[in-house]
Amino acid sequence: MLESTTTGSIAVSGELGHSIRSGSGRKLDRKNRLLLYNRTFKIACIASAGFVCLILFSILFLMFRTGVLTFQTVPAAKFFFSTDWSPENESYGAFIFIFGTFALTALTLLISVPISIFVAVFLAEIAPRWLRDAMRPVLDLLVGIPSVVYGFLGMTILIPLLRESAGTSMGDGILAAAIVLSIMVLPTISRISDDSISVVPQKYRDASYALGATRFQTVFKVVLPAARSGIIYGIILGMARAVGETMAVVMVIGNTPQLADALFKPTSVLTSNIVMQISNVPFDSTWNYALYLMGFLLLVISLVMIVIIRLIQRRGAKS
Amino acid sequence: MRGDSNRPVSGGAFAARKGLNHVNNRLFTIAVWGVAGCVMLFIFGLLFLILERGVPKLTWDFIFGLPSEIDAGGGIGPALFNSIYMLVISLIIAIPLGVAAGIYLAEFAPDNKWIGVIRICVEGLASVPSLIFGLFGIALFVEMFQLGLTILGAAVSLAFLNLPIIVRVTEEAIRAVPGEIKQASFALGATHLQTIRRVLIPQAMNGIITGICLVAGRGFGESAVVILTAGVTTSGVMWDFNLLSPGENLAVHLWYIQSAAIVPDAQEISQKAAAVLIIIVLAINILFRLPLWIRERKSR
Repeated sequence: MLESTTTGSIAVSGELGHSIRSGSGRKLDRKNRLLLYNRTFKIACIASAGFVCLILFSILFLMFRTGVLTFQTVPAAKFFFSTDWSPENESYGAFIFIFGTFALTALTLLISVPISIFVAVFLAEIAPRWLRDAMRPVLDLLVGIPSVVYGFLGMTILIPLLRESAGTSMGDGILAAAIVLSIMVLPTISRISDDSISVVPQKYRDASYALGATRFQTVFKVVLPAARSGIIYGIILGMARAVGETMAVVMVIGNTPQLADALFKPTSVLTSNIVMQISNVPFDSTWNYALYLMGFLLLVISLVMIVIIRLIQRRGAKS
Repeated sequence: MRGDSNRPVSGGAFAARKGLNHVNNRLFTIAVWGVAGCVMLFIFGLLFLILERGVPKLTWDFIFGLPSEIDAGGGIGPALFNSIYMLVISLIIAIPLGVAAGIYLAEFAPDNKWIGVIRICVEGLASVPSLIFGLFGIALFVEMFQLGLTILGAAVSLAFLNLPIIVRVTEEAIRAVPGEIKQASFALGATHLQTIRRVLIPQAMNGIITGICLVAGRGFGESAVVILTAGVTTSGVMWDFNLLSPGENLAVHLWYIQSAAIVPDAQEISQKAAAVLIIIVLAINILFRLPLWIRERKSR
C-alpha cells in the first residue's frame, strides 16, 4: 500500500504535462486551450518567483551603489572607526552608530533570552494544557502589535519610570531602548523555542526520568540541549528584529550622536540615525550617501544572520 | 564490618543530594511559573493600559475628523483612511505575486540548486529590516521616478516588505496538502492548473489566509517604511483617493503627534490613536484566525 503511493507520486510528478499530450483521438480545441492555460500559468508563476529575487538584488544593488559613493569623499577607515559624526562640518564617522547597534542588540538579548527560554520551558513542559492553549495565541498576537505602540509606551511610561528609579535627569538611552526591544522580541523567541522544545521526542524525557532525574535536571540536561538548534534559530530571528527595529528605538533612545558608554545617555543607532536624518538631506550629497551606506551595513548584517540560520539548519538536518 | 560502617555514610550523602535535587527542582518550577506569570501579567497590563487610557475618550468625531496643526481637538480621519487605503493597495500587489511565487516553489520548481537560490532570496528578503524598504522606496520613487512622497510609493514598498512572507506561507500551506488528494485530482484527468486551482488552493486556504492576516496586521502598523516614502503629512482632506498625494498612516501620525506636533492635546490624541491602532490590529488577527482556531480545536 505504502509502496504503491510512493511510486505513484513519482510517476505523477514525472509526467504531469504528458497526460494531456499523450491522449488519443483527434486534437481537440479544448486540449490546446488547457495546454496554453497551463503553460501561461506556469510562466506567470516563474515570473513572480523571479520578481521576488529581482527585488532583493535591486535593493542590494541600489543600496550598495548609493552607499559606496560615500568613499569618494570619506576614507573608509574614517567612516568605520571615527566617532565624529557632524555632517555640517563634513565629518562622517559612523562608529557611534555601529557600536550603538551592536551594544543595543547585545543588551536586548541579555534581557530577553533568559526570560524567553523560561517562558518557552513553561509553555512546553510545565503549563497545564488549558493555560498553554490560552497563552500561545496571545503570544502570537503580540508579534503583530505595531512597533510605534511599543515606542509610545516606552516614551510615556518606561522613561519616566526609569528616570525616577535611577534618579537621573535623563531616562532616554540604551537601557530604555533595550527594555522596549526585549518586550518586542520576547514573543518571537519564546514561541519558536517553545515549538522546538515541543518536538523533542517524549522518549528522551522518559529515559531521563527513568534514570532518576528530576524535572529540573531533565529540562536542563536533556530537553534544552536537544532543542538547541531551534532555540538558536529563534534567538537569531529575535536578533534580526532587534537590529532592524526603527520606530520603537527612535522614540526612546534620545537621538544624539554620542558613544553609548553608559546606560542612561542619549545615543543613536544605525536605524534611528537614518530615519531621523534622511528626510532633511538632498539625495545627491555625501550626507545622504553616508546614510545609505549605513543602510547597506544593516542589510549585510541581516543577510549574514540568514546565512548563519541556514548553516544551523543544515547541521540540524544532518545530525 | 567495614561495609556496614560505610553504608550509612554513603546513604546519608545520597539523601543529602536527593534533598538538594528536590529543592532545586522545586525552585526551578517556582521560578518558571513566576517568570511566565509575570510576563503574562505584564502583557495584559500593557494591553489593558493602552485600551483603558484611550477607549473611554474615543468619539466618532475623533475617528473621522481632520487633524489640526495648532488647535486642540484634531482627529485622525485621513491618517486612518490612508492606513487602510495603503494596506489594500499593497495587498492587491503582494497577494497575486506572492501566491504565484509560492505555488512555483511548491509545485513547479525543480529540486535543484536553482530552487535553493530562490528560497535563499525569499528568506533574505524576509529578513531585510523594514527601514531598508523605505530607503529603497525613496531611491526608486522619489529619486528615480521623481514622484515625491506619495501613497503609491509607500504602498508598493509595503507590498515588497510583505511579499516574502506571503511566498513562504503559501509554499508551506500548499506543501502541507496530502499527496493523495493531489493524485486523486490527476487521476480524474485534471490538468496541473485545474488541480492547483480547484484542489490545492482551496485545501491550503487556511494557511494562506493566516499568512495574509499576519501581513495585513504588519502592514497596517508599519511606520518606518511609510514615514520615508509617504511623509508625515496628509493632503488634509478626507477620502483622498489620489495615489500621488502624500499620506501618513495612523502609525506615523501617532509618532508625529508624540514627538513633533505642537497641538496642546497631543498626549490625549496619541493615547486615543494608540488604542485605535491596537483595536484594529487585534481585530484583523482575531477575525481571520478565529475560524482557524475553532477548526484546530475540533480536529483534535
